Amino acid sequence: MDFVSSRWGDVLSNSADHAILVVSVVMAATVFAVLLGIAVRGRQGPRALAIGVVGVGLTIPSLALFTLFIPIVGLGFAPAFLALFIYALLPILRNTVTGLEQVDPAVIESAKGMGMNRRQRLLQIQLPLAWPVIMAGVRVSALLTTGIAAIGVLVAGPGLGEFIKDGLRRLGLPNSMEAVWTGTVFIIVLALLFDLVLSLIQRITTSKGLR
Amino acid sequence: MPDTTLPSPQGRAGATDGDRNVALTPDGFEDVMIRLDSVSKVYPGSTEPAVAELNLGVPRGEILVLVGPSGCGKSTTLRLINRMIEPTSGRIYFDGEDVTDVNPDHLRRQIGYVIQQIGLFPHLTIAENIGTVPKMLGWKKDVIAARVDELLHTMGLEPGEYRHRYPRELSGGQAQRVGVARALGADPDVLLMDEPFGAIDPITRDRLQNEFLRLQADLRKTIVFVTHDIDEAIKMGDRIAILREQSQIAQFDTPERILAHQVDDFVDDFIGSGSTLKGLNFERVSGLNLGGYPVVRHDVGHRVAQNVLADSSQRWLLVLDGQERPARWVNEAHLDRTDRSLLAVGHVVRAKVERNATLHDTLETMLGSSTGCAVVVDAQGRFEGVVEIEALTGVIARLRTEAKAHYEVYAADGTG
Repeated sequence: MDFVSSRWGDVLSNSADHAILVVSVVMAATVFAVLLGIAVRGRQGPRALAIGVVGVGLTIPSLALFTLFIPIVGLGFAPAFLALFIYALLPILRNTVTGLEQVDPAVIESAKGMGMNRRQRLLQIQLPLAWPVIMAGVRVSALLTTGIAAIGVLVAGPGLGEFIKDGLRRLGLPNSMEAVWTGTVFIIVLALLFDLVLSLIQRITTSKGLR
Repeated sequence: MPDTTLPSPQGRAGATDGDRNVALTPDGFEDVMIRLDSVSKVYPGSTEPAVAELNLGVPRGEILVLVGPSGCGKSTTLRLINRMIEPTSGRIYFDGEDVTDVNPDHLRRQIGYVIQQIGLFPHLTIAENIGTVPKMLGWKKDVIAARVDELLHTMGLEPGEYRHRYPRELSGGQAQRVGVARALGADPDVLLMDEPFGAIDPITRDRLQNEFLRLQADLRKTIVFVTHDIDEAIKMGDRIAILREQSQIAQFDTPERILAHQVDDFVDDFIGSGSTLKGLNFERVSGLNLGGYPVVRHDVGHRVAQNVLADSSQRWLLVLDGQERPARWVNEAHLDRTDRSLLAVGHVVRAKVERNATLHDTLETMLGSSTGCAVVVDAQGRFEGVVEIEALTGVIARLRTEAKAHYEVYAADGTG
């Protein structure tokens, strides 16, 4: 506790950096994965390819993935952002595809029968109906990204990983474990906070008819 | 049993293809709202057509029921009309206009469409569901709101209570009513209904069918209605097209005539047993010639009564009370009891029907009567006549003869 209160300024600024990184990653990944999901939905080949490629991204060891981007974009925010972006895609893409494909065919049939074109069916029927499922994917991605973002400090990325890295470096010296604990606890707090906010957003943006 | 050598009007005309008006319209009706002209559908990868060279006309303001065994192509045929399925060849006309190549989305906004699973939009309110097509057509908000309330009211759903509900809060019957209301949203001239009452319990289904028929009596929409249930077809259809594989029309006619005369074994098998009984649903007592039956007033005395009965060929005599209402059935043995009033002997008359009763109900009544007869009374219960079993067999014979003659005249016209 003393450790935290004596470094309150660092805790806040690292938390803010961490949050900014996660929010920007999740937002970018949501836009990209939802658009990709829309593009490949209902088509066996492209869907399998997209999920496969994005899935491979998730299997690359995080240590390696972060460093792979350094030659391309240098150190700092950029490599951390790109690596996390790749991790964040799969849950959102998978849920988008599943959500869109599990819309009751009778609902789509009647929408088509009433004269809705493809675009209207997608925007007015399929996306709103798939929305709770997509949001569930976004929440998983947010949790995942918040945790993995700690490794971003290895490529000089911002965030609460600073505390953990600092603790590791000074392992055995005074306050080293306190630093690791501070980083870990605030990452968990941040993750829970994100999930709470996202669940509120999900609630507000989902039709009452689907709750 | 039906004359199997007689060609069906549709089958024969489809083969000659020369006189299209006759081909489409056994009755020669002219006012055709929807016309399919040699429409075929062959699915990719299939050699056999799902629908082969179909010619079909739907008279304006009528319900045409497409009925047939599963896999006969009836749903495919329905979906060809609003181009949910694009025809491989042939033309489709709406009100004389060729719509085979118009924008299918625009076409569908002019056609109501109801499917068995209903397919209400679960994330939209009932009002938003019903207002979907009007909104697409650019109606003003207040006009849409008024239209939604009007339709909910028509469907027997209190607008104030249902407007803001969501589909999951509705029972099956209510959901189907909303489905019909949604199809009627922009007041289309044409309604396509694919087994609309198929997934509903029998009691609710019966009620929805009756409600829909009452509604249709006012709306006079042109409706194509698909079912696999011949009884539903008979109930709902102004005309019925019985389809065999590849949507070939086996018989196209009014329910009455189809029940009276089946053109071939396929139709006969499909309708199954009981067609004669079902046919009696379309005839009413008022159409019968109520023949002479021995009747006396209760105060004529036993002597007179005995004479009246003896002069007739009947075993039973009907006794009327002071208000001319049928009171007792008496026979010779009862009349020997001269010590008792005519109102105190014999059996009470229970089997009574009014003139607007169907012959089906009348037969039911007769079967429960001790004398095998039904007494016809007016609204005040006064005697009007007696229906005997011979009257019913006479009607059945007449219906069969007329229907058969209709087809023979038709065949003669066609070949001549």
